[in-house]
Amino acid sequence: MGTAQPFFQWSYVSSQWSQIRDDLVQHIALSLLALAIGLAISVPLALLAWRFRVIRFPVFGVASALYIIPSLALFAILGPITGYVASYPTAEFALVGYTLLILIWNTVAGLDAVSAETRDAAKAMGYSPLAALVRVDLPLALPYVFAGLRIAAATVIGLVTVTALIGLGGLGQQITYGFNIDFYTPIIVGLVLSVVLAAVVDLVIVGMQRLAIPWTRSARRARET
Amino acid sequence: MQVWDHFRHFIVSVVDWFTTSAHWTGSTGIPELLWRQILLSLAVVVGALIIGGGVGLVLGHTGRGGLVAVNAANAARAVPSLALLTLFAILPSISLRWGGFLAAFLALLILAIPPILTNTYVGMREVDADVRDAAKAVGLTGGEILWRVELPLATPVLMAGVRTAAIEVVATSTLAAYVSYSDLGTPIISGLNTNNTVEAFAGAILVALLAAIVAFGLGLVQRALTPLPLRRRLRAAPSVAATPKFVTLH
Repeated sequence: MGTAQPFFQWSYVSSQWSQIRDDLVQHIALSLLALAIGLAISVPLALLAWRFRVIRFPVFGVASALYIIPSLALFAILGPITGYVASYPTAEFALVGYTLLILIWNTVAGLDAVSAETRDAAKAMGYSPLAALVRVDLPLALPYVFAGLRIAAATVIGLVTVTALIGLGGLGQQITYGFNIDFYTPIIVGLVLSVVLAAVVDLVIVGMQRLAIPWTRSARRARET
Repeated sequence: MQVWDHFRHFIVSVVDWFTTSAHWTGSTGIPELLWRQILLSLAVVVGALIIGGGVGLVLGHTGRGGLVAVNAANAARAVPSLALLTLFAILPSISLRWGGFLAAFLALLILAIPPILTNTYVGMREVDADVRDAAKAVGLTGGEILWRVELPLATPVLMAGVRTAAIEVVATSTLAAYVSYSDLGTPIISGLNTNNTVEAFAGAILVALLAAIVAFGLGLVQRALTPLPLRRRLRAAPSVAATPKFVTLH
């Protein structure tokens, strides 16, 4: 590639579309799987950590460590442990690791935000502690859980590209390809599609939130008037 | 048993890697690579603090541009750092400047500004309006209110943003080794490329340690810079102070 290449070539998109589409599909698969597993682990752990304060410290400790260790380092540390460096388990473990702190943090914050009056009312109505936790506290914490899910989604979708360095990558493969042959267009394709994907997923999560907890909208409207 | 032997052999190899004197000297030695990573990360965080903090202070003080300021951090999360790094690394006008430093610096700077900007703005807006009014009533000028009232009260949230940015910068500067700038990411990248899991693992341990020290150290700085009365209030509230703050409700 010459140095005077145009910043973006549409012909690349049309000629390489099937490859771009495959990368996009892999990107979506890696991200959604990480978010689903992250959510399935985080919400129960957050409920436990909130109910039993003793385990708060170890739960947040492990989640913080997974969040703080750079992704590339985590791949290299997990590689020898999982036995195969360039693999879905390695990538997914690291991606899920990043969602944990965000999701657990927000879920616990949401549970903390439930008012004592509400909790007393649930008790007075005859809810057992467990039933109150699942049927009163957790639904009221959902706005926080969704807020965390939005942050986790944006983070994971951005991070998936890094898995290109261990042979996966989704749209990250466009980025490394462009870099390897000094060609702007694939890098921009990877960048733009990744940002667009994050925006679309964010909208989907907001839509799910509206369906799951319609009362937050009417409550906000009531507060504003 | 075989798994155990394999594991022990791996650990011995990693220890060997660390005790090989060649890995501690010269331009590819651990001290030099560590220094380069610290230099890059520090330059980026200081630059982002000046730009993001400055803009956040002005917007927070005037109360304008809130929508942009609040959403900047979240929007930036979705931008793949690898794309920015590679793009700057192949732009002819940037790629070769200062031995690859400039390309990595610019890419990281773009990532580090939003969390600091958002947190500075949020910290400024969280200052009690009564406090601001009181400061005005005792005759402080706008500038004095900004520097002597709002900024100290906003510091804990601002520093949380600096910490978030610094953790991201240290993590992403590791990726800079892939494109243009050698640092502690270099043994990881070269290890992954040559299937040398020992070298990759050793580099990863160093990077993880650096990230942990930065996260923990900035937590202490955040505490030290928090005005005493606020510190007492924060301690009273049940929270896990060692971790960044995520909750953002729209």
